[in-house]
Amino acid sequence: MNYSFAEWAGILCILLPLAGAALIGLTGLFNEAFRRKEKLIGAIATAAVAIPFLSLLVTFLQYEGGIKATLFSWMTSGTLEVNFTYHLDELSLLMGMIVTGVGALIHIYSIGYMHGDKGFYKFFAYLNLFIFSMNNLILGDNMVVMFLGWEGVGVCSYLLIGFWYEDMAKSVAAQKAFVANRIGDFAMLIAMFLIFTHVGNLNFDSVTAGDYSSNTSYWIALLIFIAATGKSAQIPLFVWLPDAMAGPTPVSALIHAATMVTSGIYLIARMAPIFEMAPGVLMIIGVVAALTAIVAALIAIAQNDIKKVLAYSTVSQLGFMFMALSAGAYTAAIFHVMTHAFFKACLFLGSGSVIHGMEHMHTVEDPQDIRTMGGLRKYMPSTAKTFWISTLAIAGIPLFAGFFSKDEILSSVFFKGSEEAIYYLVWGIGAFTALLTAFYMTRLSYLTFEGKERFPDTKTPHESPSLMTIPLWILAALAVVGGFVGLPYVINHGEAHLLNHWLKEATIETGIFGTEATPGMEWFLIALSSVIAILGVLFARNFYRKHALQGDTLIANRLGGFYEAMKGKFYFDELYQVILIKPFEWLSERFVRRFDEGVIDGAVNGSASIMTLAGDWMRKLQTGIISHYSLLVSLGVVLMLAYLIFG
Amino acid sequence: MEFFEPNAFTYLMVSVIMFALGTVGVMIRRNAIVVFMCIELMLNAVNLALVTFSNMYDDDAGMLFVFFVMCVAAAEAVVGLAIIISLFRNKLDVDINQMNIFKW
Repeated sequence: MNYSFAEWAGILCILLPLAGAALIGLTGLFNEAFRRKEKLIGAIATAAVAIPFLSLLVTFLQYEGGIKATLFSWMTSGTLEVNFTYHLDELSLLMGMIVTGVGALIHIYSIGYMHGDKGFYKFFAYLNLFIFSMNNLILGDNMVVMFLGWEGVGVCSYLLIGFWYEDMAKSVAAQKAFVANRIGDFAMLIAMFLIFTHVGNLNFDSVTAGDYSSNTSYWIALLIFIAATGKSAQIPLFVWLPDAMAGPTPVSALIHAATMVTSGIYLIARMAPIFEMAPGVLMIIGVVAALTAIVAALIAIAQNDIKKVLAYSTVSQLGFMFMALSAGAYTAAIFHVMTHAFFKACLFLGSGSVIHGMEHMHTVEDPQDIRTMGGLRKYMPSTAKTFWISTLAIAGIPLFAGFFSKDEILSSVFFKGSEEAIYYLVWGIGAFTALLTAFYMTRLSYLTFEGKERFPDTKTPHESPSLMTIPLWILAALAVVGGFVGLPYVINHGEAHLLNHWLKEATIETGIFGTEATPGMEWFLIALSSVIAILGVLFARNFYRKHALQGDTLIANRLGGFYEAMKGKFYFDELYQVILIKPFEWLSERFVRRFDEGVIDGAVNGSASIMTLAGDWMRKLQTGIISHYSLLVSLGVVLMLAYLIFG
Repeated sequence: MEFFEPNAFTYLMVSVIMFALGTVGVMIRRNAIVVFMCIELMLNAVNLALVTFSNMYDDDAGMLFVFFVMCVAAAEAVVGLAIIISLFRNKLDVDINQMNIFKW
């Protein structure tokens, strides 16, 4: 088999992480001594992700057009033919670089973060397995291979959330994540069946080129969106993501912020032609995304757990990405996926560094509670600087990465409003959420790193090892410059938007280019989002500098019951408990259990007792006296002969 | 020997009698070795019938079958006697009605 370099790059992306996972996992399982060689394990695992990244980077630099590499045939049945084929086109190459690049940095960081954990080898085996699954999801050329990765990342997420499974709460969080994801996966399966009945195969090329009736495309798009709400944490299935913070912090950074949760956005961008046929679904996506963004942002304001705030901010940012998809601005969505991967990974890793430092003091009860932090900048300068940079990026301060992508999303949604008025509402909610984002992120950073120290002063936290701070600096640098690949359209008519040039073949961009956007309006929107971001950040900074922790009390007093609702996460968990779980348990107890115990168990046990009774009677025939058997055999022969002769 | 000219019928009658004797022996005797000999008797009764028919119809296939039966009977004698010997070592007896430990 002669593969070209680019094909090798795609194959390496799949095989190296898998080999790494198998090597580390199996060796660690059978060899106790291997488990303590942390440097070796870390090096193998990082290489298994970094080499694919470098090969993708080289492919990117020499890119000449999409290629496909077939490993071998998976199954063939009738018209269905599923091969392990991986494609590298503009979209999958970009996503693959984000996943392996950010993944490699997080692997390096984890060597420091997981130091001394007894499941060290297991952690890296799972991480590599995750990268393998994610690359299947992104690079898979047909929906079946994609689905393999889609389920695989769900399994890895489950394994890693419940990594410290001795803690019951963490086990439960893992199960919750898995179940919520499975609901979405079910919708995905139905969508695949539906597509197969209409197209006859599941290759992305045929799927997106398929000729669907408007009704069919509506249902396919809706089902895929439902699947995406599970994986990418949108209302109504977003409840698992905040709980997923039970996992080790690098996992939150890699899986629950930078990569896995963006797979829903990737999938919709990949299947854009079907969504373009279903404008009704796009509107649903827009409304759901706007609601998710604002609800999550409101909840984030009232949380005190550093990781919970970041988790809700991730949900909120994913809402922004879905807003972009709903406006047909697929490039903007992928752009935000990219910039978000940079700054949110940096934020999560920074929070991990903070937790690491707080934990090592052994004097605070909950190392994740920002109420016991404050003034950490003095002790953890690198962490504080990178965290602040990423905060400014996510808040959308001009010239940071988040500014460009968020502004592009909001502008796209706004101009889509000239076609469907509801998009003006989505835009309004989005703009307000941007203000909230700037506010709560500044609150988080300020309460963590600035102001008075609120932890007991018997011991002081220390900065994390350079193994952890170097990835932070790299990600922070990307969070600063990452936005310049997507300069606003108003500059030089989009010629300066490099990312759009790169992606316009792979995604069908109908956002900002397709409308009559005036430069004046665009400049106004850019100015508006800058003002919103700067106002939010400055207001939060001054507010919390003046009041520190009392600031929250002041907000609580002003908002009253609404603040309680925000603090209680708008009672989504309780609501699900009442409307889904309780009725389900009641139904199970009253009817299903009766039916199960009476009818099903009755039938099974009944047939068993009939057999026992018959056996009790029949076994008397077995006398154990050989003469009886020989007599019966002879009689049988006589009877058979009689039948043959006279019958 | 003018008064008794053996023909196919008499051969077959001998065969039938031998087979019946063998069958009855297998059914009523308790000594494993005797039962075993009765089985041999039945096999040889069949051999006789086969040879007779072969002669009657002038068809060599019958004789060929006889060779097969003899081969199988020889093999069976080896295995069967070995089993009987090992049973005897266990029970110091070859009464087949003692060999009923697998019964319910």
